[in-house]
Amino acid sequence: MPSLIDLRRRIRSVKSTQQITKAIKMVAASKLRRAQERILSARPFADQMERVLGNLARRVDPSAHPLLEARDERRPGARTLLLVVSADKGLCGSFNTNVIKAAANFILGSGGREVVLGLVGRRGRDYFRRRGFEVAFEHTGFFQQLSYNDARAVSRAAIEEFTTGRVDSVYLVYTEFRSVMSQRIVTKRLLPIPREEITGADAAVDYLYEPAPEQILADLVPRHIEVQVYRALLDSNASFFAVQMTAMDTATKNSAEVIDQLTLYMNKVRQAAITREIIEVVSGAQAL
Amino acid sequence: MAIPAHLTLEIVTPERLLVRDEVDEVEIPGAEGYLGVLPGHTPLLATLQVGELWYRKGAERTYLSIAFGFAEVQPDRVTLLAQIAEKAEEIDVVRAGAARQRAEDRLARPAVDMDFERARIALLKSLVRLQVASRARIRS
Repeated sequence: MPSLIDLRRRIRSVKSTQQITKAIKMVAASKLRRAQERILSARPFADQMERVLGNLARRVDPSAHPLLEARDERRPGARTLLLVVSADKGLCGSFNTNVIKAAANFILGSGGREVVLGLVGRRGRDYFRRRGFEVAFEHTGFFQQLSYNDARAVSRAAIEEFTTGRVDSVYLVYTEFRSVMSQRIVTKRLLPIPREEITGADAAVDYLYEPAPEQILADLVPRHIEVQVYRALLDSNASFFAVQMTAMDTATKNSAEVIDQLTLYMNKVRQAAITREIIEVVSGAQAL
Repeated sequence: MAIPAHLTLEIVTPERLLVRDEVDEVEIPGAEGYLGVLPGHTPLLATLQVGELWYRKGAERTYLSIAFGFAEVQPDRVTLLAQIAEKAEEIDVVRAGAARQRAEDRLARPAVDMDFERARIALLKSLVRLQVASRARIRS
């Protein structure tokens, strides 16, 4: 049987853990509110951008811009860049594990294709680095203060990999924020830009361009990639805080339970010790 | 093809959705000049300039300052993807005035390595903001 002192010590240590988890939970909750606001207000722009670009991509010739160029990504020896968006920090339940798992599945399911990684977030980087995967570039440490320029840096790197021909396609895996309770891992193709086939009568009309289409595309297409990356970063950021808050809430509850159990046990031990002492005293008295 | 009665106007920036409304007419500061858009306009894709945008709903006109980005026009909708956009009543007149002063000073005394284009755009932005803001004051 453990001694009273040991039990007290354990209770104290669980209590201080509980204080930490509680504090993290509260911080995550307040950061979540801000992150949620940001992703919700950024979505309309990203959605419209996607729509406009989709409209455009099926009208113009793929040769009009290097990023529209379709390459055969199924051919043997084709290379794919996978952008993995994980978090910089842990203490967030299965957030990073899920992203990493999805990325690993993508690599396993890619058949003969060679996959290189673009890593965003310290956790994902640590994981894939340690296991010796081929890494094209990495960006870490900006989730504290996430800005559009970070998305720009990431997308520039990805675009460069694509235009120089080092990779034939670029995919993105990240955690989409749907609500505080529900997040979803999303894998989607970033480059080459997906083209829908022309359907219906409206598609037959080409746009008027002002200025020339080449100029607009040169501006619009990279911007589109930036915006999609920006959305992925904001989504991940909001999801991270949501998951962290839930995980820390559970942890706080669990530690309360452990404290209760330990306290009960400690009381039993104390009672047993008292009883034993009384017996000793009584039997000592009887022996006189 | 029937001409639609209204235009659905959406103005979005990376930070927020600014306007989503049914309107009768829009004037856009395109890169090669101002464009008036009425319902039934032929599909058009244009880049935006630093400038003033207005839209009309019935007899009421609303002004915005807008800078950089793209406009997509369809017969029944206009979508503006702007880098910067502000409603007239949101503009900080004091700040825009200070920015104008700064830009004018820099253009008046050019340094050797000065970025002329940047100073010019800064001046333009502040002027547009001031102009749009003055329209809001006249109305209210």
